[in-house]
Amino acid sequence: MARKRLIQAMNEALLEEMERDPRIVLFGEDVKASLFGDTKGLWKRFGPDRVRDTPICEALISGMAVGAAAAGRRVVCHMMFGNFIYTGMDAIANQAAKLRYMTNGQIKLPITYLAVSGGGRSAAAQHSDAVHPVLANLGGVKVVMPGSPADAKGLLKAAIRDDDPVFFLQAAGRGGEAGEVPDEDVVIPLGTASVRRPGRDLTLVAIGAMVRPALKAADALAGDGIEVEVVDPRTIVPLDLETILGSVRRTGRLVLVDEARDTCSVASHIAALVAERAFDALVAPVRRVTVPDCCIPYAPVLERAVLPGVEQVEAAIRATLAWRRPA
Amino acid sequence: MVAGGSNLPREELLEMYRRMVLIRRMEEQLARDCAAGKLPGPVHLYVGEEAVAVGVCQHLSDRDWITSTHRGHGHFLAKGGDPAGMMAEIYGRADGICGGFGGSMHVADFSKGIIGANGIVGGGIALATGAALAAQLDGDGRVAVCFFGDGAANQGVLMEALNVAALWKLPLLLVCENNGFSEFSPSATVTAGSIAQRARPFGVPAVEVDGNDVVAVWQAANAAVRRAREGQGPSLIEARTYRTRGHVEYEVTFITEPYRDEAEVEAWRGRDPIPRFARRLVAEGLASAAELEAVEGSVARIVAEAVRFAEGSPEPAAATARGHMFATAPRGSAPWPGSG
Repeated sequence: MARKRLIQAMNEALLEEMERDPRIVLFGEDVKASLFGDTKGLWKRFGPDRVRDTPICEALISGMAVGAAAAGRRVVCHMMFGNFIYTGMDAIANQAAKLRYMTNGQIKLPITYLAVSGGGRSAAAQHSDAVHPVLANLGGVKVVMPGSPADAKGLLKAAIRDDDPVFFLQAAGRGGEAGEVPDEDVVIPLGTASVRRPGRDLTLVAIGAMVRPALKAADALAGDGIEVEVVDPRTIVPLDLETILGSVRRTGRLVLVDEARDTCSVASHIAALVAERAFDALVAPVRRVTVPDCCIPYAPVLERAVLPGVEQVEAAIRATLAWRRPA
Repeated sequence: MVAGGSNLPREELLEMYRRMVLIRRMEEQLARDCAAGKLPGPVHLYVGEEAVAVGVCQHLSDRDWITSTHRGHGHFLAKGGDPAGMMAEIYGRADGICGGFGGSMHVADFSKGIIGANGIVGGGIALATGAALAAQLDGDGRVAVCFFGDGAANQGVLMEALNVAALWKLPLLLVCENNGFSEFSPSATVTAGSIAQRARPFGVPAVEVDGNDVVAVWQAANAAVRRAREGQGPSLIEARTYRTRGHVEYEVTFITEPYRDEAEVEAWRGRDPIPRFARRLVAEGLASAAELEAVEGSVARIVAEAVRFAEGSPEPAAATARGHMFATAPRGSAPWPGSG
């Protein structure tokens, strides 16, 4: 165990997995230069056959990942920014997500698509979308969103070893977050949520980048004797609904925080699932803290106005706890 | 034994003839089945274009990869796909090559290197480029062939693929089947310039061939496949052919205005690659009329058996509809969110 930054944890996972499995190839735009640091040193270590810089052509590289995987390779395809996934969307939505199903399971497509997702860095609207709801709705791809450096390493290893297309979405601007990361080969199975903080009063489901403000809000409320249970799903597809339902059955209250636009956010989806399956356990309406249905703006003051922060999470928790059934 | 100086052995010529006839008779059966309302979904027939798939695939083994198009029956059969499995698939049956999950536009058999037909125009271009990368890394002389139409030539991903394949010298053969139509739009109304010319600025060799002459296609593919296997990089072949049937069977039910001249269709029927090849084989003394008739007989038996197999196959069990989205099944009893 050593303290490392999230991006270092990802870099270690990539390096260890590529050492472990010589059939892994990694390609994408500027993976040699490594804009974010996750692919740093890999080109030097593994050479130009296994680590390739591509031109800027997402429509091609997203589909090349499918073709190379169908032809027997394990592929890591770096899409850089989540918004660039849209440019490569045909091969993702029509090929990667469907080829196995359409062919009656004839093939496996072991692909890990890497991208940075979400805002908070004044990168403006075309570099700041949280793309996980779009991807989760495709059906045939898995979606992973690590909330800590240790999870980033263990989940990225699981994503690479998985035999299906997996999107590994690193929260924008969180690469520098430090935490304890195990040195040993820890693989976190996809579809296992993490209870980041136990509590009896309210369940707070926090996705990806929202884990940090969620934990801060929980800390702040603890001073007032409010015990919030923070659940990080860690993977959106597959979703560990059992852990969320178990928590809600204990606390009776649910707040969700998701850096997605409100319409069709993953928070909305989980809220619906809980309402369907644990309605009897709820003692207050479910609340969602999401991004309003607008673009992510550039100026810091504007961006802060739309992205969920500690204050909004805290306010939603207090409102949920204060709710009383109308007489 | 040669045909027009091609140095092709007689057996290989007869095999190509047999495959072209097989594709044609299978599809004529499908046209009748469609008209009779026996097929649940749309079918796009390859009638008149058989020489392209056959002339190219004759150079490939099961270990080579192909990607195909929505008009993909010919590529599937030319690459050695099972006729009965294809027929059952198009009938939507459990014993179809894809279990009834894909249908006409998605016939695939990975064990034979058939990455599959593709419902997205141009959808196979990136896939073939990726397969070519895998083949290059494997270093065992495999190649990837991408069949695409003149309509797909207008998708931007073709330029992306030409660029990367040229940069990396990928063992890729791009085969454009210019059949004159982009769905219901004549090529001249939607395609500027020459498709073959689009490859040349990338340094990718490109040739235009008579796509209704199987020997000409065979010769062009021979050079391109050899080049790819030797590590010299990609090539493009533009095969000029013609779609004698419509874009999709039963289009007369919704296309009310003619979009092409019937005289043009008739003229191209006169250049039908199958009788043309038959005449040549007989004229050059490479096959007798009786031998070619025997091919018809053997193919008729295969088609009849394919129909019998398809009709005898059960429909897929409805409970399997959600069965194999993922290779690594998610944990827990619920396969994925909202699954009940």
